[in-house]
Amino acid sequence: MTRLFSFLTGLLALIGAWTAIASPEDDRINLVNQLTSVYPDIKPHDYIHGALAFDPDSMAQYLSIMQLPPFLAALEAGEKRWKTPFKNGKTYAECLPNGGRMIAGNYPKFDPLRGRVVTLETAINDCRIANGEAAYAYGDPSSMGLLTAYLRTLSDGMKMNIQVEGEAALQAYEDGKKTFYSRAGQLNFSCANCHIDNVGTRLRSEILSPVPGQATHWPVFRGGDQLVTLQERYQRCHRDVRHVPDQAGSTRYDNLEYFHAYQSNGLPLQASVFRK
Amino acid sequence: MAEPMKIRASVKGDDAEVKCLMNHPMETGLRKDAKTGALVPAHHITNVTATVNGKPVLDAQWGGGISKNPYLAFKVKGAKKGDKVVVNWVDNTGDKNSAEAAIG
Amino acid sequence: MNILRRNVLKGAGAAGAVSVAMAAGLLKPGMAFAADWNKAVFESKDLGSVMGAVGGAGAAAGDISVKAPDIAENGAVVPVEITSNIAGTESIIIIGEKNTQPMLAEFNLSNGAQGFISTRIKMGATSNVRALVKAGGKMYTAAKEVKVTIGGCGG
Repeated sequence: MTRLFSFLTGLLALIGAWTAIASPEDDRINLVNQLTSVYPDIKPHDYIHGALAFDPDSMAQYLSIMQLPPFLAALEAGEKRWKTPFKNGKTYAECLPNGGRMIAGNYPKFDPLRGRVVTLETAINDCRIANGEAAYAYGDPSSMGLLTAYLRTLSDGMKMNIQVEGEAALQAYEDGKKTFYSRAGQLNFSCANCHIDNVGTRLRSEILSPVPGQATHWPVFRGGDQLVTLQERYQRCHRDVRHVPDQAGSTRYDNLEYFHAYQSNGLPLQASVFRK
Repeated sequence: MAEPMKIRASVKGDDAEVKCLMNHPMETGLRKDAKTGALVPAHHITNVTATVNGKPVLDAQWGGGISKNPYLAFKVKGAKKGDKVVVNWVDNTGDKNSAEAAIG
Repeated sequence: MNILRRNVLKGAGAAGAVSVAMAAGLLKPGMAFAADWNKAVFESKDLGSVMGAVGGAGAAAGDISVKAPDIAENGAVVPVEITSNIAGTESIIIIGEKNTQPMLAEFNLSNGAQGFISTRIKMGATSNVRALVKAGGKMYTAAKEVKVTIGGCGG
C-alpha cells in the first residue's frame, strides 16, 4: 500500500514535471502543427503575412502597396537617425553586434547578468546611455519607432532565432507565456483565444492572424503612414479587450515579447510593412 | 520643402513602366482635425505631368481623393533603356516638385 | 486633349450636362482660362454633375479593366489599376461614386503613353470605382464595386 502510494505520487510528480518543462521548442512545434492541421494549404512561411495569408484579396492589396510603400520617407528619416553620430562622435553601428546588420532576429534575448529580457529597443537605449545620450521612450513612434523601422530593414531575410537557455531565461519565457494565455479585461479574452484558438476566422470584420509570424515584421505602418511598434500592438490588444495596458518596455511586455517572438523562430524577418 | 519623389522606371516588353511615389499630405479640405474639430484646409496635388526625353506623355489633374503620399504608375510604348523620365507635380498652394530618372 | 478643360471651354453650347452643371453654379465661364485645374468638377459633391461635366453621362460600356479590391483593406489607401484596351485611348478618368467629392483624377495620355494607370485612392464608403475612357472622340466606361469597412485590428 505504501509502495503503491509512493509509486503513484512519484508518477504524478513525474507528469507534473513533464508538463512544466514542455520546452519552448515543443510550444512552437505544437502551434505550427495545430495550424497546419487546420489550414494545410497555408505554408508556414506565409505566416509572416499574418491575416493576409488567409485572404488573397487582402494579400493582393498588400503586394501592390509594398511595391512603393507610402512610408518610404519615414524609413529614410529612420536611416538618418541611425547614421547620425552621437555628440561623442560614435554611432549605433559601433555598439550593436555586426554593425546592426542581420541581428534583429536574435532579439529579444535573455541577459543572465542583468536577469532580464533585452529587446532590440533596450539594446538601442543601452547604446544611447553608454554614449551619454538620454534613452528614448520605447513607445515613441517619432524616435524609437522611426529608428527601429529602419534598423530592422537591415535584418530583412534573417530568420527569427530566439534562444531560451538556462533556468532564469526559461522563467522569463514562461512568464510571457502566462501573459499570453491569461484572460484579461472586461471582455475576458486572452491573446491565445484569438491568435491560437480562432486563427483564420473573423472577429467582426477582421481575420485573426496566427502567432507564428506575428513578431517578424515590426514596426508596421497602418494605413500606410501610422507607425505602430510591436509593444504598442500589445497595448492596443489589451485596450481592445478593455484591459489597462502596460507602458511599452514593461517587464510583463518584454517577457511577453520573448515568448511571442520565440513562436516565430525559423521564419524570415521583413521590416517595415503595410497593414490596414 | 517637399521631399523628393521616388521614380522607378524599367522596360517590360514593348513598354516602359514608370512608377512614382510622391510625398504629400493630400488633404481634401473636408477632414476635421481630431483634436480641435476644425476643418483641415485643402492641401493636395492638383497637376502631375510627365515627359520621356522631353516629350509629354502624361498630363493629369488630381483632387484630394488620391491617397496620402501618392503612388502613380503608367506605361509608355517605345521608351527605351536609358531614356530620361521627368515627373513634375504642383499643389493647390503653388508648391512644386520634380524628379527625373533614367529608364533601367 | 484635356477633357476637363475642353468641355468647359465649349461652354453652354456643349453637352446638356454642362449646362446643368453651370445652372447648378458648378462651372463658371472663364474658369478654365484661369487655371489648369478644374476646381468646379473636383470640388463638386454631386456625382451626376461630375459625370455630366466630364462627358461620362452617355458613355458606352467598353473593353476596360478596373482592377480594385473586393474589400478595401483600408479606405484611405485603395490600390486601383485601370487598363483600357480600346485603341486610341486618349484619357482616363477615375471616379469614386460615393466619395464626398466623386471626381478623383483625370489622366491625359500622349506620345506612346498606354491606356494604363495604377494609383491609390481614398474611399469613404462602399461604392463603384468608375473609369471613364476617351478614345477616338467617344467616351467609354467600366466600374468595379469596392466594399469599404470600418475597423482594423492590424497585426
